[in-house]
Formats: sequence, C-alpha cells, structure tokens
Amino acid sequence: MRALLRRHSVLPGFGIALGFTVLYLSLVVLVPLSAAFQKTFTLSWDAFVADVTAPRVLASLQLSFGAALAAALLNAVFGLLVAWVLVRYPFHGRRLVDALVDLPFALPTAVAGIALTAVYAPNGWIGKPLADLFGVKVAFTPLGVLVALAFIGLPFVVRTVQPVLEDLERELEEAAQSLGATRAQTFVRVILPTVAPALLTGFALAFARAVGEYGSVIFIAGNMPMVSEIAPLMIVTKLEQYDVAGATAIAVVMLVASFALLLAVNGLQWWSRRYAEARS
Amino acid sequence: MAAVLDTRLEARPNARRIAWVPLALTAVALAWLTLFLFVPLFAVFFEALRKGWGTYVAAIAEPDAWAAIRLTLLAAAIAVPVNLVFGIAAAWAIAKFDFRGKSVLVTLIDLPFSVSPVVSGLIFVLVFGAQGWFGAWLTDHDARVIFAVPGIVLASVFVTFPFVARELIPLMQAQGRDEEEAAVLLGANAWQLLWRVTLPNVKWGLLYGVILSNARAMGEFGAVSVVSGHIRGVTNTLPLHIEILYNEYQFAAAFACASLLALLALVTLALKTWVESRS
Repeated sequence: MRALLRRHSVLPGFGIALGFTVLYLSLVVLVPLSAAFQKTFTLSWDAFVADVTAPRVLASLQLSFGAALAAALLNAVFGLLVAWVLVRYPFHGRRLVDALVDLPFALPTAVAGIALTAVYAPNGWIGKPLADLFGVKVAFTPLGVLVALAFIGLPFVVRTVQPVLEDLERELEEAAQSLGATRAQTFVRVILPTVAPALLTGFALAFARAVGEYGSVIFIAGNMPMVSEIAPLMIVTKLEQYDVAGATAIAVVMLVASFALLLAVNGLQWWSRRYAEARS
Repeated sequence: MAAVLDTRLEARPNARRIAWVPLALTAVALAWLTLFLFVPLFAVFFEALRKGWGTYVAAIAEPDAWAAIRLTLLAAAIAVPVNLVFGIAAAWAIAKFDFRGKSVLVTLIDLPFSVSPVVSGLIFVLVFGAQGWFGAWLTDHDARVIFAVPGIVLASVFVTFPFVARELIPLMQAQGRDEEEAAVLLGANAWQLLWRVTLPNVKWGLLYGVILSNARAMGEFGAVSVVSGHIRGVTNTLPLHIEILYNEYQFAAAFACASLLALLALVTLALKTWVESRS
C-alpha cells in the first residue's frame, strides 16, 4: 500500500501532509456537503419533486440559470474585447485599468450590490438616463439581475483569454492579411480558433459563479416572487420559514448543477492544454 | 519605435486607412468597463460622503458598526491562518509526491469555489443547526454554532478554503523537487526544508493567496448571512451590517461602511499588482 502511494522519494512529510489534507478537506468540505444530500434523502422522491417544481421555485431556478447564461454570454463578448484591447492597444492608464478588471473578485458582493443599485436605480446616474431616454427600467427588474451578474463575472473571461492573446503569434495574422484576408476573416479564421478553449473556460467559470451568486443580486433585483427572485434567495426564504428540507432540495439541485459545471471546466482546461500543445 | 511602426505599416498597406478600428475597440471596451466597474466604484465613495464627513465618521464610530468590524477581523484572523496551514500541507503533498487519485484531490479542493455562498451556509445549518446532526448534542451542552460566532468562522473557513492551496500547487509543481532533494542529501531535516528551501521559494505566491483569502473572508456575505441570525452587535459582520443599514434606508451610513470594504478591495488589488510585479 505504502509503495503504491509513494514512489521512491527522499523528501519527508508525505504521510502527515497528505493525511492532514484529506482529514481537513473531509471535515471542512466533504462532510458538510454530504449533509445536504443526506437531508434530501429523508424526503420522499415525490416530496422532492414537488419542492423543486413548485411554480415559484421553478421560476427562481429559471431566472438564476437564464440570467447567468445571458450574463456569461455578455461577458464572453465584452471580456474578449477588453482582453484584446489590454493586450494589443497601448493607451494611457492601461496598467490601472488592467488592475481594476479584478475589482469584482476583490469587492465584497454586498458592496457591489448596493453600489449597482444606487447607479442603476430609476434616479441613479445611469438608471435615470436609461429610464428617461429609452423607458428602460434596470434596477428592481430581471434586467437588474443581469447587470449584477455581468458585474461579478466580468474578470473571468478577461483573465482566461488574456494570457492566450499575449502568446498569439502576430506573424500568423500578418500572414493571413498579406494573403488577402480581411480583418473580419483574420479574426474568425485565425484568432478565434486559438482563443476558443480559453474563451469557453472563462465563459463556463463566469456562468458557474453567476448561477450561485447572492449578495450582489438581492439588492438590485427587487426580489418579486415569480419575476425577479433568484434561486439562492428562494433557499434563504425557505430557511426563514423553517422549511429546511425544502431549502435543501433546491440547494441539491444547484449543487448538482455546479458539480457538472466544475467537471465541464476541468474538461475544458484539459482540452485547451492539449489544444495548445497540438498547435505549437 | 517609429521605425518599427513604419515597417509594420509597410507590411500592411491598409493599416493606416483603418486606424480607427483600434480606437473604436478601445472606446467600446472602456465604455463597458466604465458602466460596470468605474461608475459603481466611484458611487460607493460619492454616496458615503454625500452627507459630509460628520455623518461618515459617525456611521463608522457607532458601536454596532465597531462590533461588526471586530467580528469581521476575528473571522478573517481565524480563517486565513487555518487555510494557510492547510494550503501548505496540501501543496507539499500534491506538488512534491506522486500518488494515485491526485487529480481527484485537486478537483475536490476547488469544490468550495463552485458552491453557491447560500448553500455554503446552509450545509453548516444542516450539521450544527437546531434540527441538524449535532443540534441536540449542542443544545444539551449549552453550546451554539449556528446564529453564533463559531458558525460565522466556519462559513468563512469554507468559502476561503481553496485560495492558498490553489496558488501554491501550480507554483510548487513548476519548481520541481531538485532543491528539496539536494537539501535532504545535505542533511536538512523536514523543518529546515520547509523554512529554508520551500517557503522562501514560493513566498510571493503564498502572499498572493493570503491576500485573496483575506479579501474573501472579510467580504463574504451569502454564506455568513445564512448562519449569522443577524443579531446586532453580536453576530453581524461588516457586510451584514451594511445590509441592515441599507434596508433601514440609512443609505449614507450603509455606504460609509461599504467604503471601508471598497478601500480594502482597492488595497487588495494594489498588493496583488505589486506581488505580481515582484514574482
């Protein structure tokens, strides 16, 4: 067994380091997570289905997944654009902008939530012109959910795509253009295929983060049942009504979805490494 | 520089004609960042100081705000060191040794990142709450975890769990085992190996992980919100205090407290940029 685990290393501390890692991982992460599944198994299958397909719960799941998907798509487009501009076009303050892209990682979600609400409210700096000029209401509608999710997912695509763009060989683009390709053709045929795995990874990461997001959304969403109530808020509401089993049923649906996403992201990263090796 | 530019323009004769493309793309990218990042960030400080410095200082000096700040610092002061020790142990085992199931272990360490903050809080309610696994036992022994400080610390530990390990594992893998093996052959013991060889080699990555987990621990909202019970002056962290003030329409006070966390975020970003430039 020992020989199977450890292949001839002179370094000390393997047993204690791995033992501590597995023990701590189990106590802090695995055992508590298993509590959610154990609690769900105390429900009958019919009760579980009834809990997660109640109209209000279904609407909240649809909103969380739908808005997360839309926000991740927005972030894929604009994240690629921001990464491209940061890598290719020198402008004043580029280093500052580059550092600030990570702000959604560092800014507590509650702060982001109240700040976005203040800005996008009907009397806010951006919300008022949008309401006056286009009659679009952002805060306290599903659109507000989208804004919050676009905010928190912003760095993912930029940070996964940026290193790939930095490594991109300009000779390839120049070769394409000297062979008569237009800018659009060069982008679609040369640049996009190279960044596609990283772009997909960033998209999946932004989506996974947005599905479970709570703090930044609840302030701006208005939280109207059936309209702008997200699934994590549904869990909190059920907990406040002491419906622990109902809350856990929704939580398990979200956990299974996020595990599937985690596997997808791991697969994508494995693919993009192989892809990069194959191309080089 | 001019010469370099000229050759490139010569190589692409149509480049000068459509030089507006970089300009337009830069403008659109900056407009997007302005709408979603810069304006909201500026709004935090603007709203905080809207009613003047007097209101600002009063909102932060208020006893409940102070209690919230102290609890936030306490949770981070426990969660960050505990996960730091774990991160070093995990990275040592994963980066310096070969064993079966390594990739599964790495995936499992990332799990807390993919769990919704609310679910992260909920699972501790299921373990330690009144109807949870240890609920009855805790009541018998007159101890509380949920709706008390231990629950908040546990939730903070869970959400910051992967940060240090995740920074250290790739770094230590890239550095290989040669230096450590040489040190062992020269007679170093495990302790000397760690302090003299391994940790000095990864100090910037370590610092980076600590900075990120500290920011997350101090700013966590969803997970802490579920286990806190929102008892003023007792189980409110700073983000929860902000929520209460905001829901009571005390906007200036809410944004004053929020500006402290926004400053923390800016300091985090500055430190991060500095660490990146060093390593």
